[in-house]
Amino acid sequence: MSLSPTRSRSGEPLRIGFIPLVDATALIVAVDKGFTADEGLDVDLVREVSWSNVRDRLNVGQFDAAHLLAPVAVASTLGLGHFREPLIAPFNLGVNGNAITVTTALYQAIAAEADGDITNPAVTAKALQRVVAKRKAAGQPPLTFGMTFPYSTHNYQLRFWMATGGVDPDEDIRLVVLPPPFMVESIVKGHVDAFCVGAPWNSVAVDLGVAHILHFVSEILERAAEKVLALRADYASRHPDIVAALVRAHDKAARFAEEPGNHEEVAHILGAPSRIGVAAEVIQRTLQGRLKVSPDGATRRSPIYLLVGRDGAGRPNPVQAAWLYAQMVRWGQAPMSEALLKDAMAVFRPDIFDAVTGAAGASVYSGPADGVGAFAGPAFDPADIAGHLAQWSIRRTAF
Amino acid sequence: MSLPSTDAPLKVLVIDENSIRRTLLETGLREAGFSNLTVLDDATGLLERIYALDPDVIIIDLENPRRDVLEQMFQVSKIVRRPIAMFVDHADRDTITSAIDAGVSAYIVDGLKKEHVRSILDMTISRFNAFERLRLELEETKSALKERKVIEKAKGILMKSRDLDESAAYELLRKTAMSSGRRIADVAEGLVNSYDLLKG
Repeated sequence: MSLSPTRSRSGEPLRIGFIPLVDATALIVAVDKGFTADEGLDVDLVREVSWSNVRDRLNVGQFDAAHLLAPVAVASTLGLGHFREPLIAPFNLGVNGNAITVTTALYQAIAAEADGDITNPAVTAKALQRVVAKRKAAGQPPLTFGMTFPYSTHNYQLRFWMATGGVDPDEDIRLVVLPPPFMVESIVKGHVDAFCVGAPWNSVAVDLGVAHILHFVSEILERAAEKVLALRADYASRHPDIVAALVRAHDKAARFAEEPGNHEEVAHILGAPSRIGVAAEVIQRTLQGRLKVSPDGATRRSPIYLLVGRDGAGRPNPVQAAWLYAQMVRWGQAPMSEALLKDAMAVFRPDIFDAVTGAAGASVYSGPADGVGAFAGPAFDPADIAGHLAQWSIRRTAF
Repeated sequence: MSLPSTDAPLKVLVIDENSIRRTLLETGLREAGFSNLTVLDDATGLLERIYALDPDVIIIDLENPRRDVLEQMFQVSKIVRRPIAMFVDHADRDTITSAIDAGVSAYIVDGLKKEHVRSILDMTISRFNAFERLRLELEETKSALKERKVIEKAKGILMKSRDLDESAAYELLRKTAMSSGRRIADVAEGLVNSYDLLKG
């Protein structure tokens, strides 16, 4: 495949933005291990400090592509929170990978109220509700939960989980946005009681002895699109060859990174100061889905803690986009409309992924039947979002 | 530029960790008549401070990771007292691009008059660009100074080891640079490094 001469031969590299997180693995490995160079692409990886910057630099054309929160790709396309810029996601960089981490004090309070197995999110959500109610009765301030962005999977996962236990995330607790690198500091200083963030920050907090990982988000939803490789829709339609080369390089990089024999090398690539800048050993644990969940050294293991291309995870699934849109509607960020739902689902482009990788992705999918696998409620049906949301009493939208 | 007297002065909050750029912008905004100005050099506990100040316009540099915290103020929830939007409703696409290029972003309370916001935005963008020019000039001056020092050192080495006078030493450096298609400063740096190596 020949590449656009404006990009490949003029010496002007592609600029791709990323946030230092383990779910940028496929992107970082694609570039640093030479998979993009093999495709004739010259790529400049630009580390960013905020999701707002990644979004804005992508939208105004300073970035050609970006490691982006899946819900931001949807929000940007729908014009939520800022100006409308249609984006596409031809590769899913990460599925799952976040965790809910709580202070030792909150962990003990939840454990004391837990009516059953504390690794079961149905049990912890109800326990959290009792903790919240007792605090309210005692006149204590509400618990504060940190998450990374209003349009983030973390926000929706936290809300989904606690609402099943009867905790209203807008009324009963405080949900605040914190940049991922500040999460640990915030829990150490007591500014937050809990947070939901991606790797490696949960492990860093546990290693410091100040917090416990309460849940992997894969215990709340078996499968949530976390980060995508996003491009402007108009740019992608003008440069289909670049999109194809990027998807191919990412697919190869994701396969490489998922080989257990390569985990050590990948962890070292990711750990570099200009990339994630965290000890390779901590990153390796997250790649293996084997996390220390308690300061006493207890570990929890999950084969679906973070999927980078494995089990068809690289293939964007429009059902995931529909689920994200449904959460935006549930929490009052977006109105309910068939047109918006259609636009949201069209952000995720399995057609491009299939054309480039030979449709192998669809056949290896081994996730839940409804594409989401929530721990509570009936199966998710993108054809009836209003009906789906109507069953939850805690929501910001009236039906 | 002046504000209509019927309007209460706009409350402007500037968050920038760079003290020189902060001063440049503060001076510019005050000169333009925006006297109700608060400047923060550090964004710890940002939401609480914003609620206490209750600004109409918030300007934040893009290097600040806490910019994401401001995005939460778009949300309709208990935590948000006054809905705030990014300046997208007040500016055209070109202005947005210029602001991002200049390395700055602004958040604005709903219902503000477009012309007031525009003048603040234009001032901010021009001051951020002026700062960037200053920074580049300073960098160039620094590197020119460094290059001159290295050339002086290389000349000294040549004068001593080849028994040349100063102009002959410089001429040798210049000829070597020309014949190898390199810059004089690069040849000089190579010589100084090799000399240091040989010297031990």
